[in-house]
Amino acid sequence: MALSRLSSRSNTFLKPAITALHSPIRRHVSTDTSPITIETAVPFTSHLCESPSRSVESSSEEILAFFRDMARMRRMEIAADCLYKAKLIRGFCHLYDGQEALAVGMEAAITKKDAIITSYRDHCTFIGRGGKLVDAFSELMGRKTGCSNGKGGSMHFYKKDASFYGGHGIVGAQIPLGCGLAFAQKYNKDEAVTFVLYGDGAANQGQLFEALNIAALWDLPAILVCENNHYGMGTATWRSAKSPAYFKRGDYVPGLKVDGMDALAVKQACKFAKEHALKNGPIILEMDTYRYHGHSMSDPGSTYRTRDEISGVREVRDPIERVRKLLLSHDIATEKELKDMEKEIRKEVDDAVAQAKESPVPDSSELFTNMYVKDCGVESFGADRKALKVTLP
Amino acid sequence: MAALLGRSCRKLGFLSSGHGARRSVSTETGKSLNLYSAINQALHIALDSDPRSFVFGEDVGFGGVFRCTTGLAERFGKNRVFNTPLCEQGIVGFGIGLAAMGNRAIVEIQFADYIYPAFDQIVNEAAKFRYRSGNQFNCGGLTIRAPYGAVGHGGHYHSQSPEAFFCHVPGIKVVIPRSPREAKGLLLSCIRDPNPVVFFEPKWLYRQAVEEVPEHDYMIPLSEAEVIREGNDITLVGWGAQLTIMEQACLEAEKEGISCELIDLKTLLPWDKETVEASVKKTGRLLISHEAPITGGFGAEISATILERCFLKLEAPVSRICGLDTPFPLVFEPFYMPTKNKILDAIKTTVNY
Repeated sequence: MALSRLSSRSNTFLKPAITALHSPIRRHVSTDTSPITIETAVPFTSHLCESPSRSVESSSEEILAFFRDMARMRRMEIAADCLYKAKLIRGFCHLYDGQEALAVGMEAAITKKDAIITSYRDHCTFIGRGGKLVDAFSELMGRKTGCSNGKGGSMHFYKKDASFYGGHGIVGAQIPLGCGLAFAQKYNKDEAVTFVLYGDGAANQGQLFEALNIAALWDLPAILVCENNHYGMGTATWRSAKSPAYFKRGDYVPGLKVDGMDALAVKQACKFAKEHALKNGPIILEMDTYRYHGHSMSDPGSTYRTRDEISGVREVRDPIERVRKLLLSHDIATEKELKDMEKEIRKEVDDAVAQAKESPVPDSSELFTNMYVKDCGVESFGADRKALKVTLP
Repeated sequence: MAALLGRSCRKLGFLSSGHGARRSVSTETGKSLNLYSAINQALHIALDSDPRSFVFGEDVGFGGVFRCTTGLAERFGKNRVFNTPLCEQGIVGFGIGLAAMGNRAIVEIQFADYIYPAFDQIVNEAAKFRYRSGNQFNCGGLTIRAPYGAVGHGGHYHSQSPEAFFCHVPGIKVVIPRSPREAKGLLLSCIRDPNPVVFFEPKWLYRQAVEEVPEHDYMIPLSEAEVIREGNDITLVGWGAQLTIMEQACLEAEKEGISCELIDLKTLLPWDKETVEASVKKTGRLLISHEAPITGGFGAEISATILERCFLKLEAPVSRICGLDTPFPLVFEPFYMPTKNKILDAIKTTVNY
């Protein structure tokens, strides 16, 4: 179509360059895949490498999918908040709302063969990898039908068929693990990469630097993504890090600083990083993002930052609103269509919650399953290592 | 759900002191405090009495996630009470260095579940410093505090009881208090003890346990177990929050005519073998209970030692009612935990052996 190439400059949101038509030709809401190029609002900052271009190739279909997926994730996190307050979710619950752009932008740049591993703030990453809402809610409520059979809980979502290696409780522990995944991919010549997500708090863990050294030494296709939401639990980055330029912390490892609230910028950075990692080895992506909730449901989130700050970010940088403005300004959808979509999503989430509430808790025999491989308990030999043999259950 | 039942067993006023039992702290009255306030008081006293003492760890500045360090930064300044970045290995190593220069380093590890990155520093550095330098150097001023134990919904990484790992390390001490009054006295002893100490605080009891705590500076001796309930038929040994559960089991057993003697070990390493031995020689039966998994738990050490010392006096095998050999579960917590009924069952079986 004639209007398919729209290039626009932007400050905080994007305006179409062409306004001369009387009645703008509207693209059909969901099926247009013809490319649109959009400039990111914030430039990339790089360390030891070239920055990717600010012009991101996308399409109406993709941008609309961003909106839908992010709205779904946002709705899911809010529903999880309510369920936690209703004591249907126990234990710990770390919500991702505000950071959705990261999950959807990353997915747009990669395939299901690329692996993702992250920390305990994993609900939306799971959904991004193709996880179903009902599986997520079941797992949160500790039901049998959850993605980890109800045995993991909020912090331990996994999805093997989508190469999502989960959900880790101990801060920073997933980093060396992720580099190991990358090693396996390289060894198997998979032509795939691993995205290792960690936060600004974890960036001070020794294991990050150990893993970086190994990844760089062996040129592993590992992309270390620092989700810098500026607060490690209650500690602001300036109070915990001598150098809060996390993308430079790799020293000899190249890095890129990205506006993590802009799904298109995230997509561009991840695409760039994947190409880089497959050719040259590890790269660090620092995603400048923000979480609206506190660290977890036990943290009000307002003792270490002002409510003005939170609402300020919500007004100016909210990822869903940015995409909404993009959709409206490019006439990909009308306000009413988007609102209807949100209503549908709300219903989808509510249905998933209701369905999850119906599922049973795991059987108590599950307490003992999956510790060792079944029937492969410990074997013990007598002193002669031949005759006397006992297999412990 | 069953989880509620488990929790209601823990709701309490607090553990009564034994009648005529050996008490190492005065029975004077004080202010009614919960566990985190008692620990807070102990820290205030420690920092007040020794200008070369420091408190640091993740988020301790504003009072800590369990409020144990409230008011310290305001009172003693940010040079002595400060936050560290998220790096347990670094925090403990740093504490060892500070202690090696003759200071008292009171390190907080936010949850005992996170202590493992620091395990190397504790085992290989802290425990062996004095020994390998021929007493030229030591890090006796080091005290590591960590909240441990189940809390009802903590899951895999907010409920662990790692005391057994540390009891296997000669060179450090391991101390676990059972109540606010005990905690204050024991913590002050740990801080002032000239050896590195790991102090596990039962997080379940931070708010739940309320007791009269004397306001002055007092210390409870380490390596002295306490008989908190006297009896003749069976000896029960435990520590920390588990004692509450055990005491409930003792009360129930009493209704069935079984007289139980309950001992709080307090210090696990080095532990008071004499007190437990004397008790078992009197009763002839022993039951040990702890939240940590049974295999390789500290109960095994107690069992083996008592067997060596009291073999001919034992009327029944030593019973251990502990956590199961699984990772600390999320939804299955009520099944995993060594509950009052499991203990009661074991008491009856042991007595009727």
